[in-house]
Amino acid sequence: MDTLLVNEFRSIVGDAGLVNAPEQLRTYECDGLTLFRVVPELVLLPASGEEMQAIVKLCHRERIPFVARGSGTGLSGGALPVKGGVVIGVSRMNRILDIDLENARVVVEPGVTNSAITAAVSGRGFFYAPDPSSQIVCTVAGNVAENSGGAHCFKYGVTTTYILGLEVVLSDGSLVCLGGKTMDYPGYDLVGSFVGSEGTLGIVTKITLRIIKKPECTQTLMAAFNSSSEAGAAVSSIIASGMFPAAMEIMDKLALEAAEAAVHPNYPNCQALLLVELDGSVREVELLMEKVGPICKECGAWELRLAKSEAERMAVWKGRKAAFAAVGRISPNYLVQDGVIPRTALPRVLGEIDRLSAEAGLRVANVFHAGDGNLHPLVLYDRRIAGQEQRAMVLAEDILRLCVEAGGSITGEHGIGEEKKHFMPVMFSEADLDAMQRLRSAFDPDGLCNPTKMFPGTDSTYQKPIAYQPHPIELAGLAQRY
Amino acid sequence: MNERQYPIEIAWTDLEAIVGAEYIRPTTSSDMIDGLQPAKVIAPGTAQEVAKVLQYCSSAGLAVVPRGSGSKLGLGNRPQKADLVLSTERLNRVVEHVWGDMTAVVEAGCTIENLQSAIRPHGQRLAADPLWPERCTVGGLLATAESGTFRLRYGAVRDLVLGVEVALPDGNLIKAGGKVVKNVAGYDLTKLVIGSLGTLGVITRAAFRLHPMPVATATYSARVGSATEASRLVLAILGSFMVYTGLQVRASRADQFTVDVRFEGIPESLNDQYEKLVKIASEAKVAESPGDVWKARQQLFSNAGDSVICKCSVLPKQIGALCDGVFQQAKAAEVAATLVAQGTGLAEVRLDAGAPALMKVVNGLRAGVDRLDGTLVVEQCPPAIKESLDVWGTLKDAVPLMQQIKAKFDPAGTLNPGRFVGAI
Repeated sequence: MDTLLVNEFRSIVGDAGLVNAPEQLRTYECDGLTLFRVVPELVLLPASGEEMQAIVKLCHRERIPFVARGSGTGLSGGALPVKGGVVIGVSRMNRILDIDLENARVVVEPGVTNSAITAAVSGRGFFYAPDPSSQIVCTVAGNVAENSGGAHCFKYGVTTTYILGLEVVLSDGSLVCLGGKTMDYPGYDLVGSFVGSEGTLGIVTKITLRIIKKPECTQTLMAAFNSSSEAGAAVSSIIASGMFPAAMEIMDKLALEAAEAAVHPNYPNCQALLLVELDGSVREVELLMEKVGPICKECGAWELRLAKSEAERMAVWKGRKAAFAAVGRISPNYLVQDGVIPRTALPRVLGEIDRLSAEAGLRVANVFHAGDGNLHPLVLYDRRIAGQEQRAMVLAEDILRLCVEAGGSITGEHGIGEEKKHFMPVMFSEADLDAMQRLRSAFDPDGLCNPTKMFPGTDSTYQKPIAYQPHPIELAGLAQRY
Repeated sequence: MNERQYPIEIAWTDLEAIVGAEYIRPTTSSDMIDGLQPAKVIAPGTAQEVAKVLQYCSSAGLAVVPRGSGSKLGLGNRPQKADLVLSTERLNRVVEHVWGDMTAVVEAGCTIENLQSAIRPHGQRLAADPLWPERCTVGGLLATAESGTFRLRYGAVRDLVLGVEVALPDGNLIKAGGKVVKNVAGYDLTKLVIGSLGTLGVITRAAFRLHPMPVATATYSARVGSATEASRLVLAILGSFMVYTGLQVRASRADQFTVDVRFEGIPESLNDQYEKLVKIASEAKVAESPGDVWKARQQLFSNAGDSVICKCSVLPKQIGALCDGVFQQAKAAEVAATLVAQGTGLAEVRLDAGAPALMKVVNGLRAGVDRLDGTLVVEQCPPAIKESLDVWGTLKDAVPLMQQIKAKFDPAGTLNPGRFVGAI
């Protein structure tokens, strides 16, 4: 980038807010989806809404495309830089601005992490409900961009349910307030339209969100099954009985193996584990837990374990939330997908995934939010073996196609981003996509705001990661890569 | 009042070719909207016909008012023009109810009561209780985003809808969202159209997420003598561990407030909740109430032809201040006021008096609510009052963006011109 321009950016954010050195720029070349990498021209880390506005105004003036980035934990390449563009990171804007417990509202800057919000209010008996598994790292602005879910969204809903107001910098640098502290602002639901827009409509500088009261009592039950179908059937039975658990998660044998190796949650050794979390009043949870056990047994559960203490519960969830990272113990590489199917289609689709993975000769570990049919098949492969990465990508896409055929969606939480934009026509017609583009052009007529994401046909050139080169000591068998 | 001349060039035969001549009928005075009487009512039989009608009207420069049962037709500013009522009366089926997934797909003209009846046999319900459910249609509920007594626990209408099919003014029929609870593919256009008052497109069907019917329900009420006490009780309930599904304050005088709480669940847990409530209510006596207290909102709207009904939105902690403000202003202007407020901070206030007194109170209330950083929308009023105020309230800075969006979806201003925020 032209030195004069870099200096102009520098005059806005200072040295602390500018990243220019080549090796440092490399650290922003991808997000949680490491498959695609683009080195940005410049990375800007504003410390305030005013700096953010000034940066975007400059980008607008010079017609520089920009991509916003939270913590970079996204799994669909939403924060992948655009060639010739800049990355605007929000991590320095990380203050909690206001906590209003009586009204259950919190106002935060975009770079505040998801779990920091809960941490700030849990002492007084509140929590911020959407809990993506990356919550200790991911930012709430990232949650807004993706409309993040998490294990507890079955009962408590996803991010969009909890966002009341947004202060947004549009691509021309202007600032606009959407919604606010009270409910039902007259006019179009621009907050609801913005949440989940994957950073293509503007950059958030302030978020007003709702927190809710922690339930009086929470208990988590683990049920061991001989197959994922049986576990799935138990989930359907529990729901059919009229109960509304806070969360229901299933992990299959491979995923359990990985989790055990990584964080030792001491799960039962089974083909499929069901986690059911019930919350509510003490009395209600007691009574409902008495019913859940027999339902699981009826569906084939051969062991039930109840996590009662907070410490036990935390250990159970740690294993589940670490699942993606944990597969690193059992495979050098993996691709994770995020398809959704109607719950009733679960047994059939799981069977199909088994068949497809056998055909492709690749293992698939399954972790899923069973309550709402959101699957996370982890396709395991070794990039060093010729053709495996390609086969893994094809298998991942076949699984997505399967989800759409079953009446579901190609993404439940991770977003379209870079990864699935060419898949949009599988779910939406041209007219549907055109309608979405109308919304986009109203917010960003100049096409500067994360312009290559979400929609097919948008130009994207990216480098494939360089293949790993073993060190001579490794080749000589004297050292091992761990 | 109605000065619009209908150009002779309107080729009704073109529209007859789309829907069939038997489905276009002349209007009567009962089809009027704020004193404007459109020329005809057209009732398409399929979503594709709806789209074709809209496309024709757009190119012919006609103004269309989409209508379900018309139960909330009084909402919004006076239309700039209204040539045609597009009725969804023939799109009235429950298309599918997949009870195992707790989802249902319903056409826009189906009434909420018909939907509830269709899904009740499997022990499920739509967790929404709009005004006049036997009249209110799916399309109307979505287009107005009406907020009822289940909002506090189950979320707004927008949180219950998984996807929509919408007919756009350019003749396209689009889908947004889907049929599953978790879905972040593409923009959430479902949220954009919900509450858009039919100004961007006509919703032709919607997919809903359903909830199990409760095993048992109980409603308890406590009577207190001041807004301050009512506020204290409401905040104490909101901050407690009780699992309520409804929390409401009713009053028609400054010294008598009733706080209603609804519990749902298994019978054993209901007793447990009742005991907690009694403790929190301390001096106020808690008695069981019939379930129809939750119809209080609907009662506000009965025989309300000359009344003004406002929807105020404040923070829960400000409910007390709002109540005080309402009765003070009403007393000063010698206006009768009735109020039904939900624990969400959304309150509906009915004012009865002659027009000048009403205007004074509404403007005073609006100024007060603005100072609290809230909003006040006039949901219902005599047409004459609409001449003197914008029902939607003080314009906020997002209006230009909204006008841009309207321009992209309905460049010819075919749908409900002038009725929405910012005269959209």
